[in-house]
Amino acid sequence: MTEQSGADILVEALCDLGVEIVFGYPGGAVLPIYDAMFRSKRLKHILVRHEQAATHAAEGYARSTGKPGVVLVTSGPGATNAVTGITDALMDSIPMVVITGQVPTALIGTDAFQEADTVGITRHCSKHNYLVKDPAKLGDVIHEAFHIATSGRPGPVVVDIPKDVQVATAKYTRPGPIQHKTYRPALKADKAQIEQLVDMLAAAERPVLYTGGGIINSGPGASQLLRELAKITGAPVTSTLMGLGAYPASGDQWLGMLGMHGTYEANMAMNQADLVVAIGSRFDDRVTGRLDAFSPNSRKVHIDIDRSSVNKNVRVDLAIIADAGHALEDMVRIWKSRQHPKPDTADWQRRIAGWRAVKSLDFPETSPNGNKGEIMPQRAVRALWEATHKRSPIITTEVGQHQMWAAQHFGFEAPNKWLTSGGLGTMGYGLPAAIGAQLGNPTALVIDIAGEASIQMNIQELATAMQYRLPVKIFILNNEYMGMVRQWQELTYSSRYSESYSESLPDFVKLGEAYGWKGIRIDALADLDDSIQAMLDHDGPVIVDCRVAKLANCFPMIPSGAAHTDMILQANEVSGEMDDEAKALV
Amino acid sequence: MHITQQPAERHTLAVVVDNEPGILARIAGLFTARGYNIESLTVSEITEDKAVSRITIVTSASPPVMEQIIAQLERLIPVHTVTDLTVAGAHVERELALVKVAGTGDKRIEALRLAEVYRARVVDATTSSFVFEVTGGVDKIDKFLELMREVGLVEVARTGIAAIARGKEAA
Repeated sequence: MTEQSGADILVEALCDLGVEIVFGYPGGAVLPIYDAMFRSKRLKHILVRHEQAATHAAEGYARSTGKPGVVLVTSGPGATNAVTGITDALMDSIPMVVITGQVPTALIGTDAFQEADTVGITRHCSKHNYLVKDPAKLGDVIHEAFHIATSGRPGPVVVDIPKDVQVATAKYTRPGPIQHKTYRPALKADKAQIEQLVDMLAAAERPVLYTGGGIINSGPGASQLLRELAKITGAPVTSTLMGLGAYPASGDQWLGMLGMHGTYEANMAMNQADLVVAIGSRFDDRVTGRLDAFSPNSRKVHIDIDRSSVNKNVRVDLAIIADAGHALEDMVRIWKSRQHPKPDTADWQRRIAGWRAVKSLDFPETSPNGNKGEIMPQRAVRALWEATHKRSPIITTEVGQHQMWAAQHFGFEAPNKWLTSGGLGTMGYGLPAAIGAQLGNPTALVIDIAGEASIQMNIQELATAMQYRLPVKIFILNNEYMGMVRQWQELTYSSRYSESYSESLPDFVKLGEAYGWKGIRIDALADLDDSIQAMLDHDGPVIVDCRVAKLANCFPMIPSGAAHTDMILQANEVSGEMDDEAKALV
Repeated sequence: MHITQQPAERHTLAVVVDNEPGILARIAGLFTARGYNIESLTVSEITEDKAVSRITIVTSASPPVMEQIIAQLERLIPVHTVTDLTVAGAHVERELALVKVAGTGDKRIEALRLAEVYRARVVDATTSSFVFEVTGGVDKIDKFLELMREVGLVEVARTGIAAIARGKEAA
């Protein structure tokens, strides 16, 4: 076998791993790799306009297809620009492999041009990382990196490759199945524990299934199993932001999202439950609210593939370390083999129906300042859902009020259709994620529900979508404010709007047109449906600037550090100033 | 508003890891990133092929945080095993210190006498100084240093703690 350059080894290894698309941006320290890609013609490279966007595009690709996203960036600023997306993928458990160029080995540590300590910087924001100093090891490292990124709790893995290692030659052989020395994530749960859980579920009077992104990560089969489990046990289902779509929003047992901006019924059911079964969710602070008041009378079971998620925030009675899909499969099988009848939860259902009747997601159809004809942002999201849900669209978001309104008012029926930055809360995620999702799902309708502030954080990616003729749609809920910041300022700081007004906004229609997009502005409620239809009818990328009520706020809301039962349902309950304890909470 | 802290217990952990570049930074960084405390950290290769290292970490944390520390350490890819020696049972902890003391006359004689009591060996001497080598548990070394301060302590170098479980089984 002949030797080949490190760069050629990398390209061949990526092809062997089934990689089709690489999101990247060239630079000095990756020129050999770009040349190898040019010569091999086997990888489709998507040229983004900023390295952060490469990482979010890879996340969008990964979240919507279930395949790992691959990123290629240069040393120094290329790598540091990717750090936000790497951290985002770590927080949301997205499988991603990031290849970074590095200065030649002899120059490492000399403050060379475009040198940054990439492995040092990314050590704590990646699942694992490598600095490869020997081309003979490069092939194995790449295969191992994909194994680590995609197995167990998925996450980002960074491989830093000095330029001389890309040029030096070695032999590459495709390795067999990876048997890592130390990394062996457990997939299957202990049978006795599943039996115990099934017994608990059969005996529960007020059960709740509290599901999360782990079910999405486990693959579409896990969502099917969740639906079956819910059906045979009669247990109502709530979900975290990251888990939306695992259980259909139209399902009878659906409670809606829980937590800070969750529904009244979801949070009250959690509060009053006698059994909470957490599946692939991690008791995040946005979900639990005040910990000592969180679901105070329930026994808690936590199924998670990551042991460190268990007992981190909330003590549980039974911890099951397993992949969500495997655990669900075992639960359904054992439940059926024991021929458990469907438990009688009629009383529980009645109480839930009472909470549902509060209709916590209802909103006033006129804006807070009483202007007639203004579009309420919730109405805009619902109109978008009405017009598109039959096409089972993929929805991405930025971060803020619009993200929560999308989560609340856009019903998701299937997994892998909802791409949002949950853990890190990264403004600027949505547009590149939509680009990645569109590349992974060429025939799908992909819409970024955005805010006018967030969209500007990666607005340069309009060019990327244009270059690859990607018909993504951006639907901006433009209220001229960093709305969630303004909302917190109203709640906590007596409406002192410190720097939360979106000053000097661009004309988004002209901006879109400058990049070759179609631009549509919606000013009045009467035009909403027709303009959405015009967006859908255009066979290309469209940016919609939907002017919405400026002072609308996102409710229901549990203020930071409050209990689930202290939910604010409507704006008139909002007080002006909070004490220091509340101000110190995120 | 004031920030309150949870009561903590001292634990000694034995962490067996792949001896790869950056592993120490990975472990130390995990502790700083998550706000855990490190009282002592020692590391050395332990296999013939130098592929595996053993890190001894002394930390203090409340019981739930301790559970998190262990789970977070186990989550690191190059970590083979994590053993909480404090929970696992009886174990031996030892530390070595090199202690430089300068002085003449009575103080010099007293230093030597105390060194004998603490079974410290003289590893260097001049007419006006000694370097002692002393091993033992943390308390013994702390006490020895306290006494040496009175007779002319100049400087001290401590290794940090190495620890191992009693009995025939590996941790």
